[in-house]
Order: sequence, then C-alpha cells, then structure tokens
Amino acid sequence: MKKTIYSILLASLGICWSCNDDAFLDRKPTNILTEQQVWSSPDQALSVLGDLYNRYADLGTVKNWTAISDFNEAFWSEAGQYGNFQNTGWDYGAWGAWDYGYIRDLNLFIQKCNNATSLDAASKDRFLAEARFLRASYYFELVKRMGGVPLILEPLTYDFSGDPTYLRNPRAKESEVYDFILKESDDIKDKLPSSTSEKSRATKGAVLAMASRAALYAASIARYGVNTPVVTLPGGEVGIPSTLATGYYNKALGYAQDLISGKAGAYALYNKKPDLSENFASIFYDKANNPEVIFVEDFKLQSGKTHNFTVVNQPRYGAEEEEGGRINPSLNFVQAFEKLDNSFAPLPTTSSNGTPIYYSNVSDIFADRDARLAGTVILPGSKFKGRSVDIWAGFQLADGSIISGTDRGAQKVLPGKTLAEQVVGFDGPIDGFEFTAQTGFYLRKYLDPSVGSGQRGVQSEVWFVRYRFGEVLLNAAEAAFELGQKDLSAQYMNSLRARAGLTKALTGNDINFDRIAHERRVELAFEGHTLYDMKRWRIAHLIQDGNSISPTELNTELDKATKRNTQPYSLWPYRIYAPNTANHDKWIFKVVKLTRVTGADRFLMGNYYSRIGDDIISNNPKIVRNPNQ
Amino acid sequence: MKILKYFVVLAGLLLVACSKDNYVAPSITLKGRIVYGGEPLNLEYSQVGMQLWEPGWGKLAPIDVTVSQEGTFSSLLFAGKYKLIIPKGQGPFMTKAQQGSSSDTLYVDLKDNQNIDIEVTPYYLVRNAKFANEAGVISSTFDLSKVITDANAKNIERVSLYINKTQFVAGSTNIAATNLSGANVTNLTGIKMSVNVPTINPDQNYVYARVGLKISGVEDMIFSPIQKIQYK
Repeated sequence: MKKTIYSILLASLGICWSCNDDAFLDRKPTNILTEQQVWSSPDQALSVLGDLYNRYADLGTVKNWTAISDFNEAFWSEAGQYGNFQNTGWDYGAWGAWDYGYIRDLNLFIQKCNNATSLDAASKDRFLAEARFLRASYYFELVKRMGGVPLILEPLTYDFSGDPTYLRNPRAKESEVYDFILKESDDIKDKLPSSTSEKSRATKGAVLAMASRAALYAASIARYGVNTPVVTLPGGEVGIPSTLATGYYNKALGYAQDLISGKAGAYALYNKKPDLSENFASIFYDKANNPEVIFVEDFKLQSGKTHNFTVVNQPRYGAEEEEGGRINPSLNFVQAFEKLDNSFAPLPTTSSNGTPIYYSNVSDIFADRDARLAGTVILPGSKFKGRSVDIWAGFQLADGSIISGTDRGAQKVLPGKTLAEQVVGFDGPIDGFEFTAQTGFYLRKYLDPSVGSGQRGVQSEVWFVRYRFGEVLLNAAEAAFELGQKDLSAQYMNSLRARAGLTKALTGNDINFDRIAHERRVELAFEGHTLYDMKRWRIAHLIQDGNSISPTELNTELDKATKRNTQPYSLWPYRIYAPNTANHDKWIFKVVKLTRVTGADRFLMGNYYSRIGDDIISNNPKIVRNPNQ
Repeated sequence: MKILKYFVVLAGLLLVACSKDNYVAPSITLKGRIVYGGEPLNLEYSQVGMQLWEPGWGKLAPIDVTVSQEGTFSSLLFAGKYKLIIPKGQGPFMTKAQQGSSSDTLYVDLKDNQNIDIEVTPYYLVRNAKFANEAGVISSTFDLSKVITDANAKNIERVSLYINKTQFVAGSTNIAATNLSGANVTNLTGIKMSVNVPTINPDQNYVYARVGLKISGVEDMIFSPIQKIQYK
C-alpha cells in the first residue's frame, strides 16, 4: 500500500515538473521598479530624486525643536531636557554627520541619469543639476560640521578581491571642499530654472544663495581662524590659510549681488503686511507668492509629510493639545533686540536707585523695540490664534511679599478678600513646571496660525526655510564690510532694518564686526545659523566659556558679539496688589535664574569640528582626527 | 516529585551556563598622577583627558582616562600592553618625551596593579596660596611662577578666585568668583584677591576655595590646591 502511495506521489511530482516553463517562472517583480523602468520616464526618475531631496540634511529644523534653539538662546521647558542646562557643554561627537550612503546614492543617480537614453534632454539636464546641487549641499553640511572630508564624486565599486584598501580615501582640505561647492555652483546655476515660485526644488536662486553662504563661511574661517591657532590640522583638513580670505569674500559678495540684482528671478524682502511684527512672522508661514523665500523643505497636510513644531511649541493656555510651550526664548536673547533709535539697552526693570519700575500694561516694557522681537517671540500681553497668552508669575503685595501658585492658573485668597482667585498665569511662568513659559516668553517663529496646527492628528504644513532673501542681504553686508566697503554694507543692512521698523539708517561708520554679528543673531534667530556663525568666526569658545552669568553682567555689553551666553535667564512679570495705592494693578518685572539652570555651557576647542568616529578611522586609517579631541 | 527534581537539575544547568558564558571583569588598576617636579598638578575636574590604546584587537578605539582635580587618574583594565597618550591641546602643560624616545607616548606593560607618575611641564604654577576669611569675605594671597619661559611661553589671560559649596571648584562650578585680567598682573608674587560669599541655601558655614589661572591660547586652567574655609 505504502509503495503505491509513494509511487503516485513520485509520479505526480514528475507531472508538475513537466508543466513548468520559462514564462511561468520568470515573473516580473510587482513590488519594485527595475532600473530600466525607473529611467524610462521623467516622472519615475523624479520620484527617485524626491527621495534624495527628502534626505537633505539640516541641523536645526522644524523637525528638531531642540537643535534649532540651542546655545542658551532659549530654555527648554520640558522635564526631560533640563539636564541640558545642568551639564557644562557638548560632546565632541555632537553635530556629527557622515552619511556616505547618501553621497553614494547621489553619485549613482548622477551616473545613471547620465547614461539614461529614454529621457528628454531638458529633464535630464535639470535632474542632473538638481542631484549635483544636493550633493554640493551635503558636502557643505559635512564641511561645516567635520571640516575637510573625502570628496567622493563617483560611486565606488568593490572588486571582491578580498582587499578593500584601495577604496580608502583621505580627507580633502577644508578649502578644497569649499572650492568644490563653489565650482559645482558655477556649473549648475544656469541649468536650473530662474523661478521664484519654485521653492522646494533647486533653482538658480537656491544655488546662488548656497554659494554665497559657502563662500562667506570659507572666507571667515580663513580670516578668523588665526584667532584659534589650535583649531587647525597640518594637512589643511581643518583651517584655511588667511591669504584666501579676500578671494572668498569677493565671491560671497558676487553671488549675493547676482541674486539681489534679480539674475535668478525677482526675489525681494517680504513686505505684505502693515504690522511689522506680524509681517516678520509671516515670512515663515505665508506660502502664497512669498518673494523672500528661496529654498525650503515643504510640508503638506494630509500627505503624510507634516511636522509637529506647533504642537510642541504652542502657548500652553488654550492649546489644541495638552502640551506645548517647549521653546522659551531667554531674556539674554530678548534683550539683544535694539531700541528703535539703534541703541542697545536692557529691559528696564528697576530705576537707577534700585526701586522697581511700574508699568500700566504688561507689554509696555517691550515698547520701542525692533519689530522682529515681537515677530520672533511671543511676549507677555501678546496674542496667538486670537487668544491672549496668560503669562504672569503672581501678585506682589505692598510689603513686597509674593503670592503665587505652583499650578497653572492656581487660585488663592488675597488679603482682605474672601474668595479665592487666580494668582498665577495659565501659561506660567512656574519654576520647573514643564510646558509653561518658564522664561516668561514663548517662541513665535514657525508657529502655524491655522486651526488644527496644534493637534497631534493634524499637525502643520508650515515650511522650513533653508535659504531666504534676508540672509543673502546679510551675506552681502558681511562680505562688503570685510572687504572694506562699509557704505555698501550699510546699504544692505539698512534695507533689512527698515523692514524691522528701525527708521534711523546706519552709515558706513556704524558698521563693525559686532554690528554684523548682532544683525545675524536677531534676524536669523532659530533658523539654524547660531552654531555655524559662532564656529566660523571662532568666537564660540568665548560666548560659551563655561562661566556662569551674574544678573549684573547680563545687562552689560549687549552689543558685543562675544557676550557671554552660557545660561538662559528669565523675566517674570508680577502684578501689584495694593488696593488704594497708586501702583495697584500695575506690573513690575523680575530677572530670574531658574532653579533648573545650574550648569554653564562651555564650548571646547575640540567642539569646533565634530569627532569622526573610531569605527570610521579604524576602517580607513587615512582619515586624520579632528584637533583637540 | 520527579518534576521538582528535573527542575532542580535544570536550574543547576542554567547557573552553570551563566558563569561559563560571562567574561571576567577587568581587575588590574592603573593609577597615577600628572606631576611636575614630583608634585601633582591641580586641574579642573574631568576636563583633562588622556587616552589608552591597546593595539592588536582589529578595530582601534581608545579608552578614555580623565584626570581628577588633584591631578590623579585611575583606570580598571585587563592585563596587556597599552600606549598612554595625552592628546594635543589637553591640559595647561607641555608633555615631555617619554622613556628615552622623542615621542611623548608612554608605553605601559600592564601585568599587575601599577602606579605611574607622568612628568609634564606646566606653563605656570600657582604657589603658596593662602586663604583667609574676614566677615564673609574670602581673600587669598598667592604667587604665580612662570615655568616655561622659552619660545613656547604664553601670557596670562586672567586669574580667578573661585568659591563653591562643594569641593568641586572651577569656572563651571562655583557660587562666586572674582577675576583679574592678565594685563593687570604686573608682579607675579604676592597677588591678592578677594570674593564675597553669597547667601547659600541651604545654609552652611564653610566654602571651598581655590585660585585658577587661565593661560591665553590654552584651554584648560591650572589651579592652586583646594582649601575648605569656615566663614562663620
């Protein structure tokens, strides 16, 4: 019996065998596209390019709220982040990047696009230029963070001989990487469209903006690198000779002027709204015909690509979720904004004899300041989505004692009353209470005013601006100043400052290094420039010098680029409760250092260029280490 | 009953397996000090780092060794042949050639617990620091001595008197400090500085104090020994 069964089975196997043929077995895959299919039409190739765009590297972006607000420009009002204000600095590996997989994919794209036969010439040229733009952008990112890196411009292939050592490449000089970025920019800028309406794909404007920034970075490293002789390597992988500075500054000015004069389309400063602060905030969320924005990472609701920046940073009171308020701009940063007469002054909390100054309205203390302050920061007394923020720390009685609460909007009975009433704002500030405005301020930049943007299930489609016209003006101003053309520099600065409501124009004699650095700090705050600006001017170790800040020191030297900024300070508004006196219901302000702020940040010489991992150096001993690590 | 027996045997097997699987822990201590003329240097806590390299294991990665405030270090290691290096730019001192070679790499053949003193040349030293308390004001008198005077000599950027609640006293950990810029240091001996003790919460009747010297162009500071002072 068994035998019969076996023989039947065997026979049936034989029958199956004979049924097969090539057409049955050789199936086309249904879950991946073949190379041939990808390069058969521009639409398919564009989707590959879309993936490469998505992998563009930013350090500070709306997708990473801590990286965008570091360096004590803000306090982080989230319990899990307090440690960052208790430690003393950053790891040598911080801000590191080494994604050669991305570079390989870009190189492969360029190689295959070049060999593609069924693409029309126009699409092919544009795709190639875009991929080269992305590759140059990533090398720019690498050189900013790591210094000179191996310049790999062809996809490397392993021959399986058992000896991969021929694939090892040494680091290029820092200047060589910058030269590569500028050379690529020159090659591709005229192959890309000059279109101001195209924001999320590479355009001529984006290339010029990148080139002006890159040339400026290289120039300042060459000029200011002499101040930190220990931050160099003998092979030039880190550090650029000072003789090259002028050449790079000329290039930076040239690229910026090309863009300003309209060679890449009609870019201009955003000036659509009469309220100057609202106008400044709108640059970052107005996506309709925005003439200022050059290149962005775009987001779209209900497409799967949205971000939660508004969710995590919206004012806590009346928020659309039970969270928000994480980035609290520091008093140090708020005080950096000038008064309208171009003078620097701390926010006046006390008169010269030490008595507090009484204000009728909570927002009066911020009067006559640069309009960008209220455009960047949500101040006490201002509104978001039509609702006033409720930032006040408590009541101060006539005898100077404080009545406050430890919960948002806590209630207590005031002396002489019988009913409990609110004694602290629903937005705080309460020391150590997360998501409240612990410094007395919230961030406004990038906050999306549309309904639902604060909901986790909806999120926001506000774009992240990588390059904008305002920065190009500042690049031009800085390059012109360094080249000794102070009047030209003042001209560029003034066009930007006029938009901020600063009516008194600067003259050439007003322009100095501190002015330039200050303008970039307030105009480009929370846009991912802070780290790179401090690094290229070689002043990071002076600003973040590891010494704590005293309240008196906080108010001095506000105009200095190297002003110490190691700890965030707070400004807390208090209401006066003293019935039948002149000061009843008025406001006073107190400068506070939060109890969670115990460390003072120190930027080490070894932080100037991020550590290259030991695994990378083990695999490729030709890679030299970065200095001072 | 049988099940219990099996269970006991099984549990026994597990225990055995555990001890067989694990690696032995490192057990040899390498201790030492950073010294000049036999005296340890006073540094900032956890700011001066050294690296131990043990070649021969394929991928290379250093073992970091940090130096304490009193200039001591210690590391728990396996026996082996190590190279001890002080990376460039670390410490307020210049390294010396080691063991008769031209390089400052120190070869350590670690077989048993070992104590080593690494001789270096500091740019400056803070000497004879004396601290006194007068009604909540801590004052200090001290001398500076310039050790490196040749072409490698460096200037004084500033001198700071720090006090702290705990014995970790430095620029990043202090409750009060006074600074004297290098330009105002005309005479290296008999320098006097003082600092007010702020209100300490919770209250304590002592502080720790020391004097630090920042050398221009050098990241790490050099200090005087730490002293505990009763101030009330």
